[in-house]
Amino acid sequence: MSSKSLFDKVWERHLVRAQTPEQPGVLYIDRHLVHEVTSPQAFSMLRDKGLKLRCPERTFATMDHSIPTIPFEGGKPVYASEETSAQVSTLQQNCSDFDIELHGWDSPHRGVIHVMAPELGLTLPGMTIVCGDSHTATHGAFGALAFGIGTTEVAHVFATQCLLQAKPKSMRVTIDGRLTDGITAKDMALAVIAALSASGGTGYVIEYAGEAVRALGMEGRMTLCNMSIEAGARAGMIAPDEVTFNWLQGRTHAPEGQAWEEAIADWKTLCTDDKAVFDKEISLRGQHIAPMITYGPSPDQAMAVDSITPNPAGNVEAEGLDYMQFTAGRPVLGEKVDVVFIGSCTNGRLSDLWEVAHVLKGRKIHKRVRMLIVPGSEQVRRNAESEGLHDIFIAAGAEWRLPGCSMCIAMNGDMAQPGELVVSTSNRNFKGRQGKGARTVLASPATAAACAVWGEVADPRPFRETPHVA
Amino acid sequence: MSLDKISRFTSKTMVLEAENIDTDQIIPARFLTTTVREGLGKLAFYDWRYNEAGLPVNSDPFAGKDPAIYQILVGGDNFGCGSSREHAPWALVDFGFRAIISTKIADIFKNNALKNGLLPIEVEPKIHAELLASPGVELTIDLERREIIRADHWRQSFDVDPFGRQCLLDGIDPLGFLQSCEADIEKFEARQT
Repeated sequence: MSSKSLFDKVWERHLVRAQTPEQPGVLYIDRHLVHEVTSPQAFSMLRDKGLKLRCPERTFATMDHSIPTIPFEGGKPVYASEETSAQVSTLQQNCSDFDIELHGWDSPHRGVIHVMAPELGLTLPGMTIVCGDSHTATHGAFGALAFGIGTTEVAHVFATQCLLQAKPKSMRVTIDGRLTDGITAKDMALAVIAALSASGGTGYVIEYAGEAVRALGMEGRMTLCNMSIEAGARAGMIAPDEVTFNWLQGRTHAPEGQAWEEAIADWKTLCTDDKAVFDKEISLRGQHIAPMITYGPSPDQAMAVDSITPNPAGNVEAEGLDYMQFTAGRPVLGEKVDVVFIGSCTNGRLSDLWEVAHVLKGRKIHKRVRMLIVPGSEQVRRNAESEGLHDIFIAAGAEWRLPGCSMCIAMNGDMAQPGELVVSTSNRNFKGRQGKGARTVLASPATAAACAVWGEVADPRPFRETPHVA
Repeated sequence: MSLDKISRFTSKTMVLEAENIDTDQIIPARFLTTTVREGLGKLAFYDWRYNEAGLPVNSDPFAGKDPAIYQILVGGDNFGCGSSREHAPWALVDFGFRAIISTKIADIFKNNALKNGLLPIEVEPKIHAELLASPGVELTIDLERREIIRADHWRQSFDVDPFGRQCLLDGIDPLGFLQSCEADIEKFEARQT
């Protein structure tokens, strides 16, 4: 038997029909995650053709992109516009009409879809998972093959529970050695994207391997896989292990009893064989990874927080620096910060909030800075509040919000003003992503919190050694 | 929806040299609150064309270019990166574009484009450089022969997903093909339980 990668194994398990030179493979989808922004037109396609939703029991929905994160008024959410409100009611109606489990306003599990689905145990090793959202790669942290699809493909999965897919190429990204203290999965992700470029992963599924990857907890693994698309790769995967199994045990949709034992035995086979060959391999050394920030409007324009911006290699880089109002050959450290955003499917989990609390405890954020801390889900919110993290945030002068995508995509009214510099724990620094004319620096939660305290782009490392107690 | 058959057309090129043109540039996220896919052309590259007050800006690269005449968009490397929003090809098609040419086109955008009759065409860097340097040139795109042809008989072949190409040539909806696999899908499901 030939040697196979984790990706090969999951792919082959789901082939309804093999690929031929003329036709892509037909791939079966175990879980279909749905949200309000990319689904309405797919439901319309079903209705136009008079089709049924084939597997409602494999389909789960929540609302996250366009919902407000500010407190309810008079017991009701305060939408930014009639359109966002209508989009949410459209989802509610569609889920009701097609019998889909929706985690809406009244659900204790509502949240950013890539945060809440794993919390519910909907994401399990070896599954195929799709969603009309490019950050679906997040679920690859559990050894699932998970990727974003367009709305027409959402309709395909609704109607047939399958997708037409040509098999992507495979790439292994190995991060050897140990991370130094205070370096997080977000720094690893930005270092990988900088090494690959924004298109270096196009056409590939990435498997992350190596000691530094294995040493991550599940939340860090989700952060790393989440940003695979920022290097162009549709999916990122990590082989499941004891860390994965321990995290999953007891979750609502995880198997129980005998089924759990059988599942573990099966999941243990989901690893890359020793002699498996990848189409491309790169490796990074964990101990060389520093706290990372971006200096341009593309996620691959990333560097160590204490280094200087490179001399632009071409017009694109020069224009990017221009947009950011940064100068080539100068540090970004010390640039004045207007807004800090903590949250998103990349960094909206409890461990991310611990990082922020560690920096903010007993401190105040700079008076210039507006800081939004947006938990990734109701569960993250509950857990953070039960630990008193929200008290630390509020005392520091930050806004503690309801869960949602918020300023990551700035569809819900949470946005920055033209020219403002935002340090953001989200995944994209594209021009205008966080508001027209807004300038985004991507960073880890620890770095973003340090920036909030100083009111300027700052190195988080000094905060590691000396937690300040008021 | 049965797709219009596409085999060959001739048009002028519109050039956007920037690399990494992401889907937030093609249609900003704040316009994704729509629940329909029609009429998004007016929002294509909105922030490149209009200021905060919604007035046209001087730097609008599309100004004075009749979309009926410039149906081929030549973009910089890594076109369509970022979000999976199908609103991006919907907006480009509604604006009037029928093909995108670049060195590399992002995976999800490429899939979405093909499903909407917008041809994603990847060419070698040398050819790409020539096209970037000659905005407004008239090209014929022949999907049947997988060729780009210039009036002076300069020809270049291009790769395109064979199945997507066949669907466009024959006007076949890929969903119909998936539905025709129903017996195999049922067999697969029976094996799982």
